[in-house]
Amino acid sequence: MPYLGSEDVVKELKKALCNPHIQADRLRYRNVIQRVIRMPKLDQWGQAEVLNFLLRYEPRSEEELFDILNLLDSFLKSSSPGVVMGATKLFLILAKKFPHVQTDVLVQVKGPLLAACSSESRELCFAALCHVRQILHSLPGHFSSHYKKFFCSYSEPHYIKLQKVEVLCELVNDENVQQVLEELRGYCTDVSADFAQAAIFAIGGIARTYTDQCVQILTELLGLRQEHITTVVVQTFRDLVWLCPQCTEAVCQALPGCEENIQDSEGKQALIWLLGVHGERIPNAPYVLEDFVENVKSETFPAVTMELLTALLRLFLSRPAECQDTLGRLLHYCIEEEKNMAVRDRGLFYYRLLLAGIDEVKRILCSPKSDPSLGLLEDQAERPVNSWASDFNTLVPVYGKARWATISKYQGAERRGPELPDTASFATSGPLIPEENKERVQELPDSGALVLVPNCQLTAEYFEKTWFSLKVAHQQVFPWRGAVHPDTLQMALQVVNIQTIAMSRAGAHPWKAYLSAQDDTGCLFLTELLLESENSEMQISVKQNEPRTETLNSFISVLETVFGTIGDIKS
Amino acid sequence: MISQFFILSSKGDPLIYKDCILDLRGRSGGPGWEWCPRARLYRWLLSCSSTRSVRGDSGGRDVAELFYRKLTGLPGDESPVVMHHDDRHFIHIRHSGLYLVATTSENISPFSLLELLSRLATLLGDYCGSLGEGTISRNVALVYELLDEVLDYGYVQTTSTEMLRNFIQTEAVVSKPFSLFDLSSVGLFGAETQQSKVAPSSAASRPVLSSRSDQSQKNEVFLDVVERLSVLIASNGSLLKVDVQGEIRLKSFLPSGSEMRIGLTEEFCVGKSELRGYGPGIRVDEVSFHSSVLLEEFESHRILRLQPPQGELTVMRYQLSDDLPSPLPFRLFPSVQWDRGSGRLQVYLKLRCDLPPKSLSQELSGPEQKAELGDGALHWDLPRVQGGSQLSGLFQMDVPGLPGPSGQGPSTTAPPLGLGPASLSFELPRHTCSGLQCSPRRGPHIVSELCQACDGAIPRSPWSLLVHPALQGEGRYTGERGPRG
Repeated sequence: MPYLGSEDVVKELKKALCNPHIQADRLRYRNVIQRVIRMPKLDQWGQAEVLNFLLRYEPRSEEELFDILNLLDSFLKSSSPGVVMGATKLFLILAKKFPHVQTDVLVQVKGPLLAACSSESRELCFAALCHVRQILHSLPGHFSSHYKKFFCSYSEPHYIKLQKVEVLCELVNDENVQQVLEELRGYCTDVSADFAQAAIFAIGGIARTYTDQCVQILTELLGLRQEHITTVVVQTFRDLVWLCPQCTEAVCQALPGCEENIQDSEGKQALIWLLGVHGERIPNAPYVLEDFVENVKSETFPAVTMELLTALLRLFLSRPAECQDTLGRLLHYCIEEEKNMAVRDRGLFYYRLLLAGIDEVKRILCSPKSDPSLGLLEDQAERPVNSWASDFNTLVPVYGKARWATISKYQGAERRGPELPDTASFATSGPLIPEENKERVQELPDSGALVLVPNCQLTAEYFEKTWFSLKVAHQQVFPWRGAVHPDTLQMALQVVNIQTIAMSRAGAHPWKAYLSAQDDTGCLFLTELLLESENSEMQISVKQNEPRTETLNSFISVLETVFGTIGDIKS
Repeated sequence: MISQFFILSSKGDPLIYKDCILDLRGRSGGPGWEWCPRARLYRWLLSCSSTRSVRGDSGGRDVAELFYRKLTGLPGDESPVVMHHDDRHFIHIRHSGLYLVATTSENISPFSLLELLSRLATLLGDYCGSLGEGTISRNVALVYELLDEVLDYGYVQTTSTEMLRNFIQTEAVVSKPFSLFDLSSVGLFGAETQQSKVAPSSAASRPVLSSRSDQSQKNEVFLDVVERLSVLIASNGSLLKVDVQGEIRLKSFLPSGSEMRIGLTEEFCVGKSELRGYGPGIRVDEVSFHSSVLLEEFESHRILRLQPPQGELTVMRYQLSDDLPSPLPFRLFPSVQWDRGSGRLQVYLKLRCDLPPKSLSQELSGPEQKAELGDGALHWDLPRVQGGSQLSGLFQMDVPGLPGPSGQGPSTTAPPLGLGPASLSFELPRHTCSGLQCSPRRGPHIVSELCQACDGAIPRSPWSLLVHPALQGEGRYTGERGPRG
């Protein structure tokens, strides 16, 4: 238990905050909160801790909810960012049914967040920027008037600049688009190639809404004839043409000449795709592709050759006279000389397709050239505040949602793997369940008030003594199919904090296992599992050192769920 | 909850390592599993890699090494602030060349943890005098003692200097480098010279807890106003963005419990609507105060009352953007000439300092003025700039094959495309940009009244108030971004 301030009273209060009896009584609960937040000794760490604890309480009525919000309002104005963010999270979660309250809270927290974004500590600045992005996902216009705060400065580290560019990209609106684009254009010529490319992609993102201005800027960038810039600009063009067909004309005019400055695979693929799909509007498209075909032998990336095949075939449909010879040479090379199987197969496929007749080729190859609906779909990704409220002020926004998912998946796998001690968070998390643990809880829908203590570890001797001294409190028979896999069973039991004391070998007849568990009140559950060889039934006998039926029933249902789950896995 | 805390030097050598294991992983690896009758469980625990690495013989050295390896091997687009390995998250801050790292296995609040790390940095600085590789390695015992008190099994107990001083027994080892400056502040026959009124720059870097027997414990208060200025200027000279982040920092060596009043000028106003007095006033956009500051008299008399704990404290933070009342301290006039035929690029930079002649900008990087070309950028370091003076530099570079605006003659004044902005960073002592003008002799207006302590229990020795206002700035001038063809 964390230590709050110097007094034991604080500890007591914290216990009280988790006490269901007090939570049931509104006035008492309010008094407790009041006493806690007025504690003079409660420093910022204590405040953050208390706010974290309050997350577990769910107010019963609207009135009570607003009572609590009013009591805690002063925390939003604290000078410590940790406390402010903790309070924000609590408010967002408590007010999950009141979007206007949530918006109000986010308006209030704007000041502290912006201050943290320009704070001297880079690390704090980074964390704040990640949270700003999180908020922007739901409220796109929230920081638009403060766009200047997110302009990068020269000496900032790379990761902060990248975050700021992302933020700029998301907060753009009619009023600031000019200034933001001007600023982003400055970044495109940055010394760091990575940063320059990120800025160009950002302009590409903005171009979905403000197409004309952005295409103009991107076209100007092509004039620099820098390799790392040209390749990214062409990739941006490709994505843009697909999403916003209205800019095709401008892009086609900008393209000639940039093939000289593209060396990498991604850029080449993008350029070849553009030439193939929109080749009828680019006068020299066949000749550019011809150059690529000439050099196809020295081409190191198979993906480029494949793209070239498709593009040339497409262009052949619209400008057959100029492409026929080149296409023939390319097909010949791909089929006769190419060593890469995928490329050769593609070549053979197109060859046979051509044999089927030109109408057939047209029917198959002439797909739509753009898909504006895709852009709209991406715009609608605006998520409600409630979808991330529980992630606010945690590591999730700092890692990014996608990376967090891989991390927690990895951790989840590890936890289900051989080593399973980390179940305390499950046992103590109470009503507020972290995202990652949800699925596990669904396995135990009706465990009720029963909370099993994670690290209850009995010695075998003690178990034996207790077992013989107690009477069987409950006996039940579960249906069971096939043999038992002790490892699986032991793992599954460990997940729900039931400890295995002893177990027969797999395949033994009769098969037996002894389990023990302890709940938070100290009540012991000792269990014997017995599987007779001919029976298709698992017989369980539970002994309890304090006779209480309701916990016993929940314990049985936990066991039942475990067996059910294992049965599912096996079948 | 923190699992481990360690401090690494800038080169990755572990200086301090503390295991705060109450982590479950640690618990399962601790005593309590040996009796377990099932050999399989035993094997699991032994073969579990993270158990081994935590409980390894090297005393956590490998965790620290792992962190440094991850940090240095990080791909460019990922942030090093939070990293993970297995199910351990590393969160660190960099402070005066040191890495302060905490590891945790929980999904903890990043803000609280970062705050805790920087608070630890301040605490260590307070107790050891200053924070640095040398001071930490000289005071290992003290640092461990401090960490033991602050982190109780990974939970924060207290970080207040007041509380901690009751528990800390070790005294800080301070090495006092010989400095000519100390000598020069001693006047003839011990008379007070003009200079002795100014504290030497190292005065503030001494431990808060001077030894109990020390008679000469001075009651001193250091008050700094530090502003960070970032400015963006368009090519036509207009200000695009001005952002001032200011702090009033207090370092107190007063006995605890003494009350202090900081009077701000009455013209100080917060927000755009509020206007006080007749003059232009000092206006800031937003202010936040430390939680120990009492604001009863702030509305009426602009007085901050506080009982500062010993050590460093940020009394007030303020922000100001857009409307800057005073002119910028520097102006940069760039011009670029480019000879297209030979590829020769001439950059002419003229820097004017608009400050009164007496003020100096502090040394930036070295004693010598130097200019070098690296990382695709031109660096020009100036050790100091006299107020009211003007400096200019002419740089010639041969850059063949630079693309330029098309359709122009071989020699042109139009700069080539892709020439980035100019960026200027500087430090200015005794000058602040906020509010109205700051005269260096009287100190900034923002601290206009002397701190008065009015606690009868304390002996009335004259407290010296030392004011070190400073301005750190970074301007970015996009001046030479010329017209495009």
